Amino acid sequence: MSFLEQIKEADLFDFNRYCSCVTEQDIEATIQKENLTRFDFLNLLSPKALLFLETMAVKATSITRQYFGRTIGVYAPMYISDFCSNQCTYCGFNVKNSFKRKKLSIPEIEKEAQALSDTGIRQVLVLTGEAPEKTPLSYLVKAVEILKQYFASISLEIFPMDTEDYAALRQAGADSLTVFQEVYDRDIYQKVHLSGKKADYRYRLFTPDRGAAAGFRSITIGALFGLGDLVKEAFLSGIHAQFLEKKYPDVEILLSIPRMRKAKGGISPENILSDIRFVQFMLAWRLFMPKVGISISTRESPEFRDRLVSLGATKFSAGSRTDVGGYSSIGEENTAQFEISDNRSVEQVTAMIKQSGYQPVFKDWEII
Amino acid sequence: MEQDKNDTLYLGKQGFSNRLLTGTGKFASRELIPVMLDACGSEMITVALRRIDKMDQTENILKFIPDNVTLLPNTSGARTAKEAVRIARIAKQAGCGSFIKIEVITDIKYLLPDNSETLKATEILAKEDFTVLPYMMPDLTLAKKLEQAGAAAVMPLGAPIGSNRGLEMKPMIEILIQNMEIPVIVDAGIGKPSDAALAMEMGADAVLVNTAIATSWDPAMAAKAFSMAVKAGRMAYLAEMAQDTKYAKASSPLTGFLRED
Repeated sequence: MSFLEQIKEADLFDFNRYCSCVTEQDIEATIQKENLTRFDFLNLLSPKALLFLETMAVKATSITRQYFGRTIGVYAPMYISDFCSNQCTYCGFNVKNSFKRKKLSIPEIEKEAQALSDTGIRQVLVLTGEAPEKTPLSYLVKAVEILKQYFASISLEIFPMDTEDYAALRQAGADSLTVFQEVYDRDIYQKVHLSGKKADYRYRLFTPDRGAAAGFRSITIGALFGLGDLVKEAFLSGIHAQFLEKKYPDVEILLSIPRMRKAKGGISPENILSDIRFVQFMLAWRLFMPKVGISISTRESPEFRDRLVSLGATKFSAGSRTDVGGYSSIGEENTAQFEISDNRSVEQVTAMIKQSGYQPVFKDWEII
Repeated sequence: MEQDKNDTLYLGKQGFSNRLLTGTGKFASRELIPVMLDACGSEMITVALRRIDKMDQTENILKFIPDNVTLLPNTSGARTAKEAVRIARIAKQAGCGSFIKIEVITDIKYLLPDNSETLKATEILAKEDFTVLPYMMPDLTLAKKLEQAGAAAVMPLGAPIGSNRGLEMKPMIEILIQNMEIPVIVDAGIGKPSDAALAMEMGADAVLVNTAIATSWDPAMAAKAFSMAVKAGRMAYLAEMAQDTKYAKASSPLTGFLRED
């Protein structure tokens, strides 16, 4: 069954009704299992599983330590352009938002790279909006070629591309890809992506597949929590990750759990993801998929992030700037894509990870 | 073949008296690595080239490995023979010595080795004067080909990496031990000192343990426990202690009537 067919199936499934029927015994039995079925996974995502949160946490922590050790990968994002032709109701880069947009020149990218690598960061996540006419493949290739002189690993979170274009970026030195479906529910997807290329649900859904075909080593996916039904989105994110894990066994799959905050011109989220359910979803993912990476951004507050270190997270961003040119202050006053909650420096985040009894890992790849 | 008075283990030309090999991954802090090494006396430690950062002056993992411990760089992250060969060459240029542990893995979930690519990489690197230690599925045909290609040892997995499940591949590993000329080092899956002791009693030449040590509450103590288990298992093997036998032979009821003329 293709992943799209699985989504269609999920559209017909009554998640609320299932969750209301799950019993405490079901959840206890699920927690005892080593290999979880999809229904087990759903049991853990159901509100009733909150009664077993501590047990889930103990098991998730032990599984994470076994597979990932006492380590946390550290990276930072670098926004190189905020031009965007999409109209996503929840995003600060929305084409209808008027603000002075900025694209870094190649020398400016080098300046940013210097400033960011001076903080000790060795893995960079490069971001753009979706405006291929402003940031064409040739520009991105040049950007990667410059960045690889400063970083050991380059991840891309750019607009979805065809396999050949991704392959060119792989060739240039990028090794990982991040692409969020934002919302797996197809109706809501159409409602929040009003125009632009991103309105094409299918093309976006199969982006990780094109990335894997192009040879990326690691792919991060996820939903933006706040747009759709919480349980359904958490479930489909997990099922998507599992589908990719099985189909591309040589690719490391990571899940991220961004949740909506108020962006400029954005709508208010109807399905707020609380801290407790955020943790519940992370733990459910871990129990369902022992080897999946879980990445936590600086959207989350310092106090909350500190706790997540020992709850199954495997990757943290640190010292992040989400405005174009933010590290070298090229951009004066720019609009950020979203507000950062954890404003601590790389050094401070590193110290926190160590204090929690974990080793911060900056370099975990070699461009070969 | 490796037997001498001191019971030295030879890997290529280099001799080792401690038969516990260790790893650098998964520790809560890099400062624990030298303490762990000191506690267990391991003389060889594996480190992933992907984790070595020459640009980092303070946290560079190599700074935490004492000079008297031999580095065994590994090709973790390689998905093909070609990538493994490139990583090995980078490691050598970076001053990590000429030992190389080949890991070619195309499955992130179980981290099982790709045997055919591992053989290709071994053939190339052995010719380039590397001392090659390939991580492999315990398969005698492949092990013989690796030996012929110039591998200095074979490193069959006991169970999937990081699984701590012990010697799930025991019967296959026994076949290797009985038939290989080069040393057999059991790598991956060893979760408890008793697993390590069992491997050594069976006649394995050494074991490599990382996850079980690194993720324990007290890695130094865990490493020491493994080292003692390895020594005990080795002594039991050398003493040729009575093995479990399926066929009793003490009273010879079947052949006792036979006499030489």
